[in-house]
Amino acid sequence: MPDLSSALNLAASEVTLAVGAMVLLLLGAFMGEKSTRLISILSVALLVGASALAINAPLGQAFNGAFVADPLAVYGKVAIYLLSAVAVVLGDGWMARTRIARFEYPVLIVLASVGMAMMVSSGDLISLYVGIELHSLALYVLAAFHRDDLRASEAGLKYFVLGALSSGLLLYGASLIYGFSGSMRFEDIALSARSVADGGSAGLIFGLVFLICGLAFKVSAAPFHMWTPDVYEGAPTPVVALFATAPKMAAMVLVARVLSEGFGAIHDQWAQVLVLICLASFVVGAIGGLAQRDLQRLLAYSSIANIGYALLGIVAGTEAGLQAMLMFMTLYVIDQIGFFAVLLSLSRGGKPIRRIADLAGLKKTRPLTTVVLTILSLSVLGMPPFSGFWGKYYVFGAAADAGYWMVAAAGLVASVVAAFYYLRIIKLMWFDPPLDELATTDAQPIEARTLALASAAFAFPVVIIGLTWLEPLTVIAASGFGAG
Amino acid sequence: MIASIAFYLMATATVVSALLVVTARNPVHSVLWLILAFFSAAGLFVLMGAEFLAMLLVVVYVGAVAVLFLFVVMMLDVDFVRLREGYARYLPLAAIVAGVLLAEMIMITLAVVQGGVAADATTPAVATPDLTNIEAIGRVLYTDYVYFFQAAGIVLLVAMIGAITLTLRHKPGIKRQKVADQVGRDAGKAMEVKSIPTGQGVSSEELS
Repeated sequence: MPDLSSALNLAASEVTLAVGAMVLLLLGAFMGEKSTRLISILSVALLVGASALAINAPLGQAFNGAFVADPLAVYGKVAIYLLSAVAVVLGDGWMARTRIARFEYPVLIVLASVGMAMMVSSGDLISLYVGIELHSLALYVLAAFHRDDLRASEAGLKYFVLGALSSGLLLYGASLIYGFSGSMRFEDIALSARSVADGGSAGLIFGLVFLICGLAFKVSAAPFHMWTPDVYEGAPTPVVALFATAPKMAAMVLVARVLSEGFGAIHDQWAQVLVLICLASFVVGAIGGLAQRDLQRLLAYSSIANIGYALLGIVAGTEAGLQAMLMFMTLYVIDQIGFFAVLLSLSRGGKPIRRIADLAGLKKTRPLTTVVLTILSLSVLGMPPFSGFWGKYYVFGAAADAGYWMVAAAGLVASVVAAFYYLRIIKLMWFDPPLDELATTDAQPIEARTLALASAAFAFPVVIIGLTWLEPLTVIAASGFGAG
Repeated sequence: MIASIAFYLMATATVVSALLVVTARNPVHSVLWLILAFFSAAGLFVLMGAEFLAMLLVVVYVGAVAVLFLFVVMMLDVDFVRLREGYARYLPLAAIVAGVLLAEMIMITLAVVQGGVAADATTPAVATPDLTNIEAIGRVLYTDYVYFFQAAGIVLLVAMIGAITLTLRHKPGIKRQKVADQVGRDAGKAMEVKSIPTGQGVSSEELS
């Protein structure tokens, strides 16, 4: 088989990560629990090395088109690997402080990132499904990683059962699509999608709807969001930091790829479905967030709303739309990393600060963290000139250009409603008296503090410079995307 | 003729037993119906000429998975009757949802029957008739589908790591078999000769 070596070249980063994960697993099994720190460091090195490999790997297709290496896949992979590395860094210190540090944590994250990389470079329904299962299975275990904690176990179980249900929906859709198009490959599916557009049978659309439902579950878009608040509340905070970033990025790129490469010809059919999902996500995210008292639940609702904004870029169905989606997701995940780093760095008397009310009067004890959290909140609510504003600017612009200005307007209204809960956090920190004058916050762990500072610095002012190099990258990644 | 009778028989058995899996009151009965559903599906595979898949279904699903389910269900100490209390309350809503889904499916089926399958659909590759099932699968599994095969292997690895991570506990004070100690034991270490004065007997303290 002469093309196996070229195929392995294309998939160099995935192969490295998979083999590396197994080596780390052996290392951990032989050295025992004291090797956790070493394995964390090695997996961060592995993930960063894999992102360098992904940048330098050749482009093309392998395994009969099941594996696609194109600029979009490279962009997604680099983001996924770096975000996973951040989750390992955040988790290592937290797990050690909570005394649940085990060497499986970094190994599972590396294996999950292999699955996410498979998702972003899938050119086939089987690799789509196997990639989704690989990363989900690792994430189910990570959600329940704190196994003596009742809420973490609940989160893991809930995520697992609902995830299995969504996999069932997705598989049913995939089987219908296979049945009506006769092929697993997106390129061949695109041929039958074209004949559907010319008035052929509607069975393919039936399968497509199921496929979109399954994928919407993975990105936690309403009305498939039910698991999100509970899992965000119960799972360990660094694991939630991973949930909110890398898998979302992977699933969004996957949605964009399936819909444009496989079903580009019937854009008007799936755009309707996505518009409904967008509107539902706006409403659930904005209204649901208002009543929350727990910070992680609040972030869950915020992520539901933000996924709605990101899906707007795909609804547009243009190159500009995909580019806007990539920009939005990149800026959004950096904000999210900052939020979770702040959450991880704040504790009182050894107990993490979880309720929003506990942030009252934070400026007296932690002025720098207060500034960081203020910048991040302003950014996520979309205040210019912070990074979140630019993300929304691109997405709403692309949607309006493609004729979806009604949906974009609804998104604007939703972000105004959602602004309330970010402004409430800012008001609590700056202007409210602390609940307990004597309570001081504990010393902040260095890694969480540094990451929080870095992402706040990125949100403003680095983003102004960052945009100039992010924009050409996303334009290259989005080239070739097209629907309609 | 016989083939179509067999098909309808097994198809009906599959659907009916699948229905009974979710409606049976006793969970043990549910699992037994599940086994029947697997068997009937295996029969359908045989009718399609996929005898390898049929055997796989029987060996893996009936032999391992379903029997495991049966054991788990028998060991669970849950009051299943109580779990079903909300059944009547949610029935109307469920019936509406199911009715809408059914109507949609019938409409789509009718549309497909009238419009025919998509004209441009590429047909799935038909295996060469002189190959057996196993040969046909073996030819593609390690060549065309090697990527999925390996990836599925990693999925199983993750499942194994997950099961171990979530359940393995290193409890202190567990007695383990130490083979080296057992083998290294000889008469000198295992026995102790004590001299007992005649007529006095021994108490238990002296023996230990």
